[in-house]
Amino acid sequence: MSKGMTMTQKILADHAHLPFVEAGQLIEADLDLVLGNDITTPVAIREMDKMQTGGVFDKDKIALVMDHFVPNKDIKSAQNCKCVREFSIKHEISHYYDVGKMGIEHALLPEQGLTVAGDVIIGADSHTCTYGALGAFSTGVGSTDMAAGMATGKAWFKVPGAIRFNLTGIPGKWVSGKDVILHIIGMIGVDGALYKSMEFTGDGIRYLSMDDRFTIANMAIEAGGKNGIFPVDDLTREYLKEHSKREYKEYEADADAVYEEEYTIDLSALRPTVAFPHLPENTKTVDEIKEKIKVDQAVIGSCTNGRMDDLRIAAMLLNGKKVADHVRLIIIPATQEIYLQAMKEGLLKTFIEAGAIVSTPTCGPCLGGYMGVMAEGERCISTTNRNFVGRMGHVDSEVYLASPAVAAASAIAGYITQPKE
Amino acid sequence: MKANGTAYKYGDNVDTDVIIPARYLAIQDVKELSTHAMEDIDTEFVKKIKPGDLVVGGKNFGCGSSREHAPIVLKASGVSCVIAKTFARIFYRNAINIGLAIIECPEAADAIEDGDTVEVDFDSGMIKDVTKDQTFKGQPFPEFMQKIIESEGLINYINKKQ
Repeated sequence: MSKGMTMTQKILADHAHLPFVEAGQLIEADLDLVLGNDITTPVAIREMDKMQTGGVFDKDKIALVMDHFVPNKDIKSAQNCKCVREFSIKHEISHYYDVGKMGIEHALLPEQGLTVAGDVIIGADSHTCTYGALGAFSTGVGSTDMAAGMATGKAWFKVPGAIRFNLTGIPGKWVSGKDVILHIIGMIGVDGALYKSMEFTGDGIRYLSMDDRFTIANMAIEAGGKNGIFPVDDLTREYLKEHSKREYKEYEADADAVYEEEYTIDLSALRPTVAFPHLPENTKTVDEIKEKIKVDQAVIGSCTNGRMDDLRIAAMLLNGKKVADHVRLIIIPATQEIYLQAMKEGLLKTFIEAGAIVSTPTCGPCLGGYMGVMAEGERCISTTNRNFVGRMGHVDSEVYLASPAVAAASAIAGYITQPKE
Repeated sequence: MKANGTAYKYGDNVDTDVIIPARYLAIQDVKELSTHAMEDIDTEFVKKIKPGDLVVGGKNFGCGSSREHAPIVLKASGVSCVIAKTFARIFYRNAINIGLAIIECPEAADAIEDGDTVEVDFDSGMIKDVTKDQTFKGQPFPEFMQKIIESEGLINYINKKQ
């Protein structure tokens, strides 16, 4: 008698053509999509050149997104994009996104309908776990796995054990997906879900927008997780209908699925949360912060928080206000569509009038690439996902992770704070 | 296969941003890239590391970004093996896929001190701290992963299978 399976395990079993899988089992699974960006794809192309196959398994199931260092910041990054561009032309890759069409990969692919419920997706970017918000299994890999995936359409996986997060209650006005995931990482630590799937369940999910869910799934990797995954509900179906023509498949965990740990989180009890340097687990709620932590820079954007919900809440707070003296506020809509929508809604005007700058979509500042690199001793409140040593620039600069609401309120105040009631 | 060298020890959560900072990721030449290995955690690293030396870490070694550049620069710097309490999963995959030896062994990761001479026998999984004259048994790889390592990486493994 086989035991029950989690949502993740069911998706993996189907893609490995097996009736049943369990934690720890090594499988080979079919891939629905293989993703790479301008940093990881050149390395994958180098590996592919060593392979005897030569071609790609399916030109329609590969997405190459130039998003980290574009428009190119220097000659080397230009060379890397050129390498990927030529590869895309040679192999007639359907989903190649360059300047003018590109967006930050994990905001772009769901928006373009390339990722749907029930998929197995690998990407040579650690935040590939974002698509779990749609009820897909997706996980980050390195360039060699990407190369093998592009050539064969398959990848090997160790079936993960699971941790269940039962979300209940209704989150408060200023509590977003970012606060939920920062709270979880603070609770279980940066290796709390090491090698495991993070399965989100519970009545509270219905009060989380798709953008909230993308943010939560996006940062599963920051707890060490292999993936994060949400059940499919009406909101997901609506999103998929609006964005994708692809058929999708809904999976539900078995009632007797095995979870190694279970947590219940009352969303109504959460407060706006900040992760202090230099680990995402160093969390405090804003109302626990007693000292005045001055900031030099604020960043609102990234694959974690560069979507419409994020820009709207930032604009709501910045409307008619000014960014504090000596604070640089950098706002980055994650895709061209989001950029355009923000323009239509008048958000860009609000940002510029408040004294912020608005950038073309890029991962730039999140990883200290460009467009907001920090000097020695500087401090940033950022809606991005990592606050490691030197992440946003100088080894002695600091990143505090927070929601767009907290970042906007802090940019206005000049120190870390939260929106007033 | 064996490793033998001086061990350089670091703490928990050594992330891929300190192993190879993103500001160098546009560099494709592995030799040039590896001159920045571990720069943000240990500015002396590239000066002191000799071929065969080992890196010892605590828990969650290699957390963060999926950049394969991280295990690549460690291997190119001459690191023969990384011993840690646990590894972050993408780093773990990447190390196997590019043929950098890694071993999980919490006891060895605790006991070995910076500068100790350490020997590792990959076939048996035995780790010996020569300086302290202590031995530890590391976590052996599943057979499937051993085959990838024996093939010196995933690409060779796939080429052989076809």
